[in-house]
Amino acid sequence: MKYEYLPHTADAKFRAFGKDIEEVFRNSAIAMFDILGKTEEVKVTKRKTIKIKAKNLEALLYDFLEEILILLDTEGIFIHDVKKIKISDEFELTAVIEGDDLNNYDLSGDIKAVTYNDMSIKKTNNRYEATVVVDI
Amino acid sequence: MVNNWDEKIKKVEKNVYVIDKYGDMNVPLKIFASEKILEKIKADNSIQQGINVACMPGIQKQSIMMSDAHLGYGFPVGGVAAFDVKEGCISPGGIGFDINCGVRLMASDMDKKDVEPKIKELLDTLFEDIPCGVGKNSELRLNNDELDEVLNNGLDWALKNNYALKEDLDRCEENGHMTTADSSKVSPRAKSRGRKQLGTLGAGNHFVEIQYIDEIYDEEVAKTFGIKRKGQIFVMIHSGSRGLGHQVCSDYLRKIENEFEDIVSELPEKDLAYAPTDSKVAKDYLGAMSAAANFGWTNRQLISFQTRKSFSKLFGDMGKLGLVYDVAHNIAKIEEYEIDGILKKVYVHRKGASRAFGPGHKEVPEIYRKVGQPIILPGSMGTSSYVLVGTDKAMNETFSSTPHGAGRVMSRHEANKTFKANTVIKELEKNKIYVKSASYRGISEEAPGVYKDVDEVVKVSDEVGIGKKVARLKPLGVIKG
Repeated sequence: MKYEYLPHTADAKFRAFGKDIEEVFRNSAIAMFDILGKTEEVKVTKRKTIKIKAKNLEALLYDFLEEILILLDTEGIFIHDVKKIKISDEFELTAVIEGDDLNNYDLSGDIKAVTYNDMSIKKTNNRYEATVVVDI
Repeated sequence: MVNNWDEKIKKVEKNVYVIDKYGDMNVPLKIFASEKILEKIKADNSIQQGINVACMPGIQKQSIMMSDAHLGYGFPVGGVAAFDVKEGCISPGGIGFDINCGVRLMASDMDKKDVEPKIKELLDTLFEDIPCGVGKNSELRLNNDELDEVLNNGLDWALKNNYALKEDLDRCEENGHMTTADSSKVSPRAKSRGRKQLGTLGAGNHFVEIQYIDEIYDEEVAKTFGIKRKGQIFVMIHSGSRGLGHQVCSDYLRKIENEFEDIVSELPEKDLAYAPTDSKVAKDYLGAMSAAANFGWTNRQLISFQTRKSFSKLFGDMGKLGLVYDVAHNIAKIEEYEIDGILKKVYVHRKGASRAFGPGHKEVPEIYRKVGQPIILPGSMGTSSYVLVGTDKAMNETFSSTPHGAGRVMSRHEANKTFKANTVIKELEKNKIYVKSASYRGISEEAPGVYKDVDEVVKVSDEVGIGKKVARLKPLGVIKG
């Protein structure tokens, strides 16, 4: 399982899983964009490399998700997947965002922002999980 | 979940509940709700959030939750809090990500019988003229200087560029121009997110709805607001400052987190992050938030401009639309209140709450001043909306605030599983309400069943006296993202 949605009255909350931090970041991005549409049905016509630095892991996850959200608003890219994620011990991230023009898909809902509400990243039984609430 | 607040809720009068100061609370928490609504509010953790707000520095009198309250991030949605301008704080999370999300109401002189036969055509035209839905851009391409002018001057820019009439400015909260705005405090990222979005509706719960008056509760006040008779056609617009406002909120939450690490680390939720009012970040945020608010008013103005064009195409001169009022429901304002016998300036944070100035207030447009400020309270898709009027009691009880809408009870995810878009559309059409949406899923997510009963929310305000009922509107058709 890549992720699961959790109950939340007004906003959307999800828990993403992964065997390492990189995978949990990738699955968080997929969980977030599956709120708007179906990432698995999206073709790959656009690729974009992103680089981010933050002061801790939670802030990095926040900034990573925010960066992809900004690509949606500014360049109209809806993601299919995130590839080649690398996260250093100094909380620097590089990744390649793959996706397509959002106008080709039936998308709904407006993710306004990533929030820190109930955000956590932890390791349990040899896997990582991240919990995130996004404001819709 | 441990909810030690449950046993502390005291009913003080009909529709009013209080949790007295305990623990770290600086002031009590007051909840405006009927018994039925209180049970719904208790079902999520929003009361704990209301208590957290009561613990913040410089908060005055009481932390307030309205009858449409539900869980937010940091502050509850449907929450109001006022902080001392000198010794208090300003908190982006107390305003919300969608800065100046709000509603405006426009009046026509047509009747239901004039519009009903053309409703589908009207929705198609509106849908064509107004960009709706995720990522749909406006045709407007503003250069940097123009965008700065929108941010600094709001509706004055719209007037200068012939998108607004002079009377639109007179009938808009702040005249659509907060003079505290400073576009240089808005980050390039925020500007790039919003640049192509001016004049777009967005998605989620934002809409343009064609409505008619189906009940008038106060003839005299209604007449003052231009509500003349049952059946009269109105247009309601609900939208905000789009990606630009969202990014301003995110940017400043992050700035505060970096600058006030000691404050943020002590908070029960990071989204409660605040900056002391005398700090540079607080002052910068005020400039940026005001700029985003100006963007929000200009956005609703451009949507009105397109709506007027659509109406004129279909109905000619008969289709003229005059603004009744435009009110923000996610915003912070410097206002003056008497607290413990002393007149004090405070930052009133309204997060999912409408301003509700009573009769005589200098910020109420002159034409309405003798009766009070119009309040526009949208229902959910397919249900009623209301026009209320501000009162003196709101001034004393709620820092001149009243609820902003119905308030969700079901998550979008759950709504998607529960309601099928086609069924929702058919049910609405049975009641002669037509929906045009950029997305099928958007219809399920905004089905009437996912909201609290707006009639009940309004009843609480009316009975308590923090917003008196003037008229009720019913929908004929709606376009949404």
